Amino acid sequence: MLDSLALAVSVPLIGALLVTAVPGRVQGLGLLAALATLATVGLVTAEVWQQGSLRSDLGGWGAPLGISLAADGLSAALLAMAALVALAVSVYASGYFSRGETETHFWPLWLLLWAALNGLLLAADLFNLYVTLELLGLTAAALGALTGTRAAVEASLRYLLVGLLGSLAYLLGVALLYTAYGTLDMALLGAAVRPEPIAGSALVLMTAGLALKAALFPMHFWLPPAHANAPAPVSAALSALVVKAAFYLMLRLWLDVFAPLVTPWAAGLMGLLGALAVFWGSWRALRAERLKLMAAYSTVAQIGYLCLFLPVLTALPAGDAREDLLVALLLMALTHGFAKAGLFLAAGLVQRSAGHDRIDDLGGTAQHMPATTFSIGLAGIALIGLPPSGSFVGKWILMRSVIESGQWWWIPVILVGTLLAAAYVFRVLSRAFNLEPTPRRFVTQARTEVPALLLALTSAAVLGLAARPLWRLLGFEGGL
Amino acid sequence: MMTSLLYGGAGVILFALGLWAFLVYEPLLRKLIALNIMGSGVFHLLIAIAERGALAPDPVPHAMVLTGIVVAVSATALALAMGRRLEDDDDAR
Amino acid sequence: MNLDQLLPAVIVLSSFLPGVFIFLLKEESHLLRGVLNMTGAIVKVLLVGVMIWGVFHGHVYETRLTLAPGLDLVLHADALAVLFATLSSVLWLVTTIYAIGYLEHSPNRSRFFGFFSLCVSATVGVALAGNLLTFVVFYEVLTLATYPLVAHRGTPDATRGGKIYLAYTMGGGALLLVGAVWLQALSGPSDFVHGGFLSGLHPDVWGQLVAIFFFLLAGLGVKAALVPLHGWLPQSMVAPAPVSALLHAVAVVKAGAFGIVRVVYDVYGVGFADALGLLTPLGILATITILYGSGMALTQDGLKKRLAYSTVSQVSYIALGASILGPIATIGGVVHLVHQGIMKITLFFCAGNYAETLGVHKVSQMDGVGRRMPWTTLAFSVGALGMIGIPPIAGFVSKWYLAMGAVEADAYWVLLILALSSLLNAGYFLPILYRAWFRPPPKRWPEEHIPAGRFETMGALLWPPLITAAFCLVAGLFAAAPFSPLEWATLIARREYGP
Repeated sequence: MLDSLALAVSVPLIGALLVTAVPGRVQGLGLLAALATLATVGLVTAEVWQQGSLRSDLGGWGAPLGISLAADGLSAALLAMAALVALAVSVYASGYFSRGETETHFWPLWLLLWAALNGLLLAADLFNLYVTLELLGLTAAALGALTGTRAAVEASLRYLLVGLLGSLAYLLGVALLYTAYGTLDMALLGAAVRPEPIAGSALVLMTAGLALKAALFPMHFWLPPAHANAPAPVSAALSALVVKAAFYLMLRLWLDVFAPLVTPWAAGLMGLLGALAVFWGSWRALRAERLKLMAAYSTVAQIGYLCLFLPVLTALPAGDAREDLLVALLLMALTHGFAKAGLFLAAGLVQRSAGHDRIDDLGGTAQHMPATTFSIGLAGIALIGLPPSGSFVGKWILMRSVIESGQWWWIPVILVGTLLAAAYVFRVLSRAFNLEPTPRRFVTQARTEVPALLLALTSAAVLGLAARPLWRLLGFEGGL
Repeated sequence: MMTSLLYGGAGVILFALGLWAFLVYEPLLRKLIALNIMGSGVFHLLIAIAERGALAPDPVPHAMVLTGIVVAVSATALALAMGRRLEDDDDAR
Repeated sequence: MNLDQLLPAVIVLSSFLPGVFIFLLKEESHLLRGVLNMTGAIVKVLLVGVMIWGVFHGHVYETRLTLAPGLDLVLHADALAVLFATLSSVLWLVTTIYAIGYLEHSPNRSRFFGFFSLCVSATVGVALAGNLLTFVVFYEVLTLATYPLVAHRGTPDATRGGKIYLAYTMGGGALLLVGAVWLQALSGPSDFVHGGFLSGLHPDVWGQLVAIFFFLLAGLGVKAALVPLHGWLPQSMVAPAPVSALLHAVAVVKAGAFGIVRVVYDVYGVGFADALGLLTPLGILATITILYGSGMALTQDGLKKRLAYSTVSQVSYIALGASILGPIATIGGVVHLVHQGIMKITLFFCAGNYAETLGVHKVSQMDGVGRRMPWTTLAFSVGALGMIGIPPIAGFVSKWYLAMGAVEADAYWVLLILALSSLLNAGYFLPILYRAWFRPPPKRWPEEHIPAGRFETMGALLWPPLITAAFCLVAGLFAAAPFSPLEWATLIARREYGP
């Protein structure tokens, strides 16, 4: 009996090996591997949907010696989002890169990154998380430097070093936890952790390391150059998936492993950093001269938004309200994943067509590519959190919980963030209206424009209107 | 117990020294060495806690250290390759 | 899922789907685009007709989609919803004909008509919204769908107008969102219901309810162009004429005014709102807006700008009607929702005709246009006289009921406001009529695009204002006929105030 969890990690890995072995057929094999990976992820999601959660010990070796994989609703939802985004990125990349060295280098690294991501989302113990986290960081940095331009290599090198620093901080935290409790399994640790100094130090170290990787303000400085200088499909994956992976891990630690340690003050501090990230990221996005830089700063702001959930989640007692808020958080993360990927893919097309991505000079290009401009618009709706996007539903539930938990001071943060996001999105969109001649047709290059459009559409319309299955996937009341 | 505390404490000190060097010094090579020292610090700590008195040592930290070394080597290699790329670029100008 | 549960959704989609297809069309597909536009518009009117019949006979049409636990997207057809839905779908049909003629040779029509259709879908969504969440959703979608129409021409002016429009509406939308979420946190998920659903809440939270009311009012007031939130409306006059017509008569300002009516009657309940002391500030705000808008209109030379300030003023009659406790004032306010719509759209169609045919954009250029374009000027005169409140045109009926309602509620100051405002209306409309009919025409028109042929201008431009002017007369003359706007408003008031 083949194990779906193991497949979800091994299929992209095998794909990466295959495209390395047969460099002549990278594109076909790469796309095939992408489809196969999507299928395995579909299998995992379906099994979680039916059984609630999955766990498997690789090779029959259980904890503490063996490597275990586990999936629950949270990881399954992110896994599925990652797979859909990654498939779109793959199709886009097959039309975006011209044949040649860049393409041969892209596919193995890309599939490896996907394998690492799936591994991270499915890992059940803290050390495997470290390994997948490192693998993710290495492939991401290598992919970011793919164009070989000086700016890209410099930014990626910085990204790599910062990532390594973050991982080592995380690893020291892991070592401390093992010292204190003698286990690395997240479920076992969650039961064993007590509020004591060693666990507290581990929490601080691990959170700091992950915050560095997730680019939480003020540790975001490395993100904008790295994401803005990578080739478009890579930027999309970095901003939509890799950053989210670090955040996912942080969330897991705070909610599952360290729950007894998390005080309102600690959660409030995270919320404060989130608020600052929302302000700073949105403001810099508004001032950014280049489209991809704007998108990158907007990622900083979005991570801030996700952190705003933490103090509210901590304040709510277990029950329906908390479950709703948790799903809202997940929904927000999923929406941003789709939206940001769509935005970066579209930005890449604009950049390719105009030869640059300076926002002030984009006029003609934006009007010549209606489908791409629409993608930017739809993704923008999701980033702002306007209806009917998934982030609108997420924001509604967040605001409701904020009011119900009495922490009303987050409301102005959310509002200002919303308005700043509207300002930077519409700053780009207003370029699409000018006196250039009318475009001939809606879609000009189907292979690259359609994936971007579908991603943006998913974020702006599908997720908001069809969010209910998430409740069921996470095993909460109120789902389908 | 004493030895493990000694090793573990040394590990933490190494980590702190490495962190300091990483933050303070600009050149890539120094930063990389600093990161590797930090890594060694963590490995020290892990080996120290593997000791279980009279019993056979705990194998899990050993496995972790081995994996960690592999990861550290590859990360260092990638960083060096990128640094080399930048230097070639400088030479070409 | 039976037909009654699907109808509201189908009505919204009947313009949404054609809109999506229009985006995908090639620019040259004029015929197909026209067919899609007209099919959508006609199907929508027919379906709304079915709904009118059904609601009158007590059918319940409701589409419900659960987004999340406690968050339902509800489209529900009650009498008020049907009134607004009818207004928007009928006027959309007329405006579509007009727009096809108006934009015959201009660029980017796929984009224009695509957003045009989305705009009407959103308006009908606002009309049929069955709770605040749904209202907010469609209200925001309306902003998104109208922004590209305002900025459509792409000139620096249009870009600026679009920016100002967004700044106001996005800000308003954010405040509305806070109000709606806060309300849900207090009252739980609730649908709109006659008489409101808040009066049962504990008196401890009444203070919060007052604060929420002002959040909602600020959010809705932006679109309804209540002073001091009206700044975007004159600026967005840069849009093409059919857009101005739709923005001013149907979609945007009406969505705001309609929202105020909904909040007063079906969220708070007019009695409870009065008990909380909310009606007086609303009335004062409406009064200031009425007088300020009329005063500003007096000083404008640009015809569309004058009409825009007139809209600022006239829309607030609706809010004024809502701020007076009593069924007769309610009738006056609600019926003005329709009457102001048909009158103002007539005026904007005519303004568009003058600009498109003769290049006349300013009041000072209008000398003698009545001789060159008698039919257009006739329609314009009907609209203008109606606005002033001359019987038997629709506007008179609204003002009459507002005045009677004020007397019933002992709010005699309202009579003064009405008189003063009618005087101002006359002050800015009569000079235009005088110029148009009695002054001699100039030797040359500023830019005569369309020479006088069998008609004074293109048929597609001429018929829509004539049709809507006829509506204005019919709505006034046959106000007591069954299914007239007045009768329908009476039905609404009866259901609001209960037996």
